[in-house]
Amino acid sequence: MFYREAGQFKASYAEDARIFPIRQDRIGFWVLMLVLGVAVPLFSNEYWLKAILIPVLIFSLAALGLNILTGYAGQLSLGSAAFMAVGAFAAYNFMLRIDGMPFLLALVLAGLTSAGVGILFGLPSLRIKGFYLAVATLAAQFFIVWALVKFPWFSNNSSSGVVTAQAVTILGYTFESPEAKYVLTFLIVAFMALLAKNMVRSSTGRAWMAVRDMDVAAQVIGFRLMRTKLLAFAVSSFYCGVAGALYAYTYIGTVEPEGFNLDLSFKILFMIIIGGVGSIMGSFLGAAFIVLLPILLDNVVPALFGDALGAGFVSNFQLIIFGGLIIFFLIVEPHGLARLWQIAKEKLRLWPFPH
Amino acid sequence: MQFFIEVLIGGLLSGVMYALVALGFVLIYKASGVFNFAQGAMVFFAALTFVGFQEVLPGWLGLEAGSNTVFWLAFLLAFIAMIVLGVATERIVLRPLVNQPHITLFMATIGLTYLVEGVAQMVWGANVRGLDLGIVDEPIAWLMDNYEIGVSKFDLFAAGVAASLVALLALLFQYTKVGRALRAVADDHQAALSIGIPLQTIWRVVWAVAGFVALVAGMIWGARNGVQFALTFTALKALPVLILGGFTSVPGAIIGGLIIGASEKLAEVYVGPYVGGGIEGWFPYMLALAFLLVRPEGLFGEKHIDRV
Repeated sequence: MFYREAGQFKASYAEDARIFPIRQDRIGFWVLMLVLGVAVPLFSNEYWLKAILIPVLIFSLAALGLNILTGYAGQLSLGSAAFMAVGAFAAYNFMLRIDGMPFLLALVLAGLTSAGVGILFGLPSLRIKGFYLAVATLAAQFFIVWALVKFPWFSNNSSSGVVTAQAVTILGYTFESPEAKYVLTFLIVAFMALLAKNMVRSSTGRAWMAVRDMDVAAQVIGFRLMRTKLLAFAVSSFYCGVAGALYAYTYIGTVEPEGFNLDLSFKILFMIIIGGVGSIMGSFLGAAFIVLLPILLDNVVPALFGDALGAGFVSNFQLIIFGGLIIFFLIVEPHGLARLWQIAKEKLRLWPFPH
Repeated sequence: MQFFIEVLIGGLLSGVMYALVALGFVLIYKASGVFNFAQGAMVFFAALTFVGFQEVLPGWLGLEAGSNTVFWLAFLLAFIAMIVLGVATERIVLRPLVNQPHITLFMATIGLTYLVEGVAQMVWGANVRGLDLGIVDEPIAWLMDNYEIGVSKFDLFAAGVAASLVALLALLFQYTKVGRALRAVADDHQAALSIGIPLQTIWRVVWAVAGFVALVAGMIWGARNGVQFALTFTALKALPVLILGGFTSVPGAIIGGLIIGASEKLAEVYVGPYVGGGIEGWFPYMLALAFLLVRPEGLFGEKHIDRV
């Protein structure tokens, strides 16, 4: 009833190329942006900002990066956490070693560093495909984390390998309160998501999808495989790197290489699978789901069973629920939450008169 | 030279243990095209179930703790548990996901990993346990005296077990009806279905066999390092072996295991000191990666032909 596109005509190419072709979507989108960007920091409490909203945004960005690589370009990667680590430590070192380094520039440089490393580890993708490639990306995961631990230069010779992120200052304003950090993260993530959306809608994205669907055929019709695949690795690592830097600077504050372990890589992979492979929206939904689920379980499981069963039981129970839910989701909706959202929209267009 | 040989033999023998885990992967991948990440968790689950039964059986049945009866009964029960796990996996996880892309199935097995780890620890507890197979982990005296090369009896035993397991599997594949059906399914699902091979039964059999392999691997790894959560990481040791040997080849798993085991130990000893050590974690992956650049389908994997 409220979600009809009748009477909305596209009178120019610019209107045809819009991200949200339906007016209701546009209104909904801007309302959402206002709520997330203005209302949330004004009315939310510290716990929500620090423990839920900021990590959701940051992991969305990382998931977005992996989704570009896996969902759009079809190259399965199990090393996203390592690229986050590269971003985090690169940002730290740029801030540390160059006087008066602007934070945003450090962020971009961190992303670029990560992109460079990504291209390096993406090179095998020109020869290797499928699960062989997935296992090969594990080499990146283990090697990068090992290198960050083994060479103390990266962590400025800190004995434990733990680094503390410097204060974030932009144009003289220091982002200290959770609200300020949230707004900063939100703006960066929103900007990069817009960039990603436009990238996958353009010829770049179409090239990626052609390679994903069948790389030999794509090559035959004139896509340059090397360029396309390596670009996907670079862009993906750039996003993961920026996410890693934000992880260090606006979320955790102190990071160590071992924090970016294989588990985190798997988590990011779960995010895109549950959210929807090959969907920008899905990256956000999946990240929200994976970040919120353990928090929910933390609160619900002890309440259900009491403390009598002990912490070991609770953590095992969480493992079981987590694993079970992932399997359940895969079986029920293999295309992820993004598809559910799409189906809901289709239904809404007809509701309440289905003819 | 003696040191070199000692390291080499030690590496080869530990490679056999990697191969044991990789074998489970290969079996399932061949038959159902599923890259079963849960193999490591299955190794953990199997070992934990075995040790758990060994602990509780004497109390339940009034048997003498540590006797042979208890050992074999526990082994049997753990095997049954693995069969149940395999059949349940086929029924609950794989069957609804038929025809989904490989990555979805792969993700499902990662979910399964969490599930199995959680169940195993919930049932049997999370503390580290010892597992005694009655073989001492000490160098063979004769080799030590005559050539001054230390080769652990235990490692040799493990290699023997692995060899007999592979021989057993080869016989099973080559000479039984089930084995023929397994090979047919591995070759071509649809052709196998069309001549009346029950795909789902075959999958169940394969998962049960993989469970058996996991049990053997779990017992050997468990006897070596204790039965603990770290057993699940054996999967990570097996992955480079897999890509080196090829996902679909049983001999590939063995030879890949030997290459990875030997080169990993040699690299740790001879290269490790120059870069600060601890390279065992990533060296096998790098080696496998470098190898894949030359042969993208692994040593014995099926050659991948692209058709447009």
